[in-house]
Amino acid sequence: MDDQTVLKTTPLHALHLSLGARMVPFAGYDMPVQYPAGVLKEHLHTRTAAGLFDVSHMGQVVIRAKSGAYEDAALALETLVPVDILGLKPGRQRYGFFTDDNGGILDDLMITNRGDHLFVVVNASCKDADLAHLQAHLTNCDVELLEDRALIALQGPRAEGALAALWPDVTSMKFMDVRDASLHDVDCIVSRSGYSGEDGFEISVPADQAEQIAKALLEDLHCQPIGLGARDSLRLEAGLCLYGNDIDTTTSPIEAALEWAIQKPRRAGGVRAGGFPGADRILNELANGATRRRVGLKPEGKAPVRAHAELYADAEGRTELGEVTSGTFGPSVEGPVAMGYVPTRFAEPGCQIFAEVRGKYLSLTVSALPFITPTYKR
Amino acid sequence: MLKFTAEHEWLKLEDGIATVGITSHAAEQLGDLVFVELPEVGAILTKDGNAATVESVKAASDVYCPLDGEVTEVNQAIVDDPSIVNSDPQGAGWFFKLKLKTASDADALLDEAAYQELIA
Repeated sequence: MDDQTVLKTTPLHALHLSLGARMVPFAGYDMPVQYPAGVLKEHLHTRTAAGLFDVSHMGQVVIRAKSGAYEDAALALETLVPVDILGLKPGRQRYGFFTDDNGGILDDLMITNRGDHLFVVVNASCKDADLAHLQAHLTNCDVELLEDRALIALQGPRAEGALAALWPDVTSMKFMDVRDASLHDVDCIVSRSGYSGEDGFEISVPADQAEQIAKALLEDLHCQPIGLGARDSLRLEAGLCLYGNDIDTTTSPIEAALEWAIQKPRRAGGVRAGGFPGADRILNELANGATRRRVGLKPEGKAPVRAHAELYADAEGRTELGEVTSGTFGPSVEGPVAMGYVPTRFAEPGCQIFAEVRGKYLSLTVSALPFITPTYKR
Repeated sequence: MLKFTAEHEWLKLEDGIATVGITSHAAEQLGDLVFVELPEVGAILTKDGNAATVESVKAASDVYCPLDGEVTEVNQAIVDDPSIVNSDPQGAGWFFKLKLKTASDADALLDEAAYQELIA
């Protein structure tokens, strides 16, 4: 038995093969890392036209209060995430994260108010654990992982046009809006969001219609399939965290510079302050700062500085500061880009530090994130 | 004479000097290169030692030295524009020239047919 036989596949697997994708194992799935165009061209195509990504490996979960009331589901989920979910309006989406008792991050997720229930999207690598976590703690809710749906991301300046050919109403959506949509008579859930730094959409599609919808979108001459390779370089240029690399149970939301996702009602003095795992540490760090911070890092020269490269205050490797958590070559930046953790006193943009790469100490400048200017339709 | 290694390097041998690069197969597997680091001219390299580093958007990979020898020339063009390695890996995308310590060492390397069989 080879490894292929134990990997799961998404509803778009046959389409990936027919498009000539190079497949790799990712979070237990056989996924396209790139198509014949290659990572560089796919990345740039997404920023200048439109890219179609299969993100069906991610977990789509419905949380419905047994009472049937949105408020009950929202308050229940608020016990696990430090986000204002009660205040989220119907048809709106928010970024958040599950925290643990130490104030670390168990996973990050997108949370949508769907009127009478919550719809959340979690990372593929965490979805079984997230589901168990939700089912264990949200005893007044029914929590269901939707196994029969695919998720297609459509990103880039031409994404709206490509989707409008199937569903003209898309033009009235704003960033983080979520709507029911009929795409060629297929019932979908469309959100105006994504993970590339570009305007775009994520489309939840019934599994048995996913290939048909993907093919219809790819009929737009501006729309090309994009693999996980470019998805990673796009999100890194956009300053977005990859769970397992940039955030995990050893990083708090404040260390990770994600405090913007903790709205006022959940902060000290707010109407529903605290009440989530690790609240003591997280509220304390909100008030007093964390000892280290996630920062953007711009290496000098052309050499990419990869994840796990050690960071130093000096070019001799004497004072270690932390490590790089994501690093690659940014095709749009036309140079290497990275993120990592440094002590707060080194977290100011412009600060010069060093990374050890193959025995040499390369100079990096702490940089504001993102590295590109996002084009979200606010 | 053209020789190959199981580590996907090619060598063009002329008068005890080997021009070394990575094969078309290797270039395709690596994908778009964005960074190349070459040895210094004059460096004494040993067989299977690290000779160069190439990086794609996704990952860094080592290029090993196929035989013992001294670096006599490096291809600065691929440092300035790594995409040359993808577009012409077995021509303009050569890496470095190596003056072989013992020219006959090359005899033990793979010929083209053997290499093609290896990657088939």
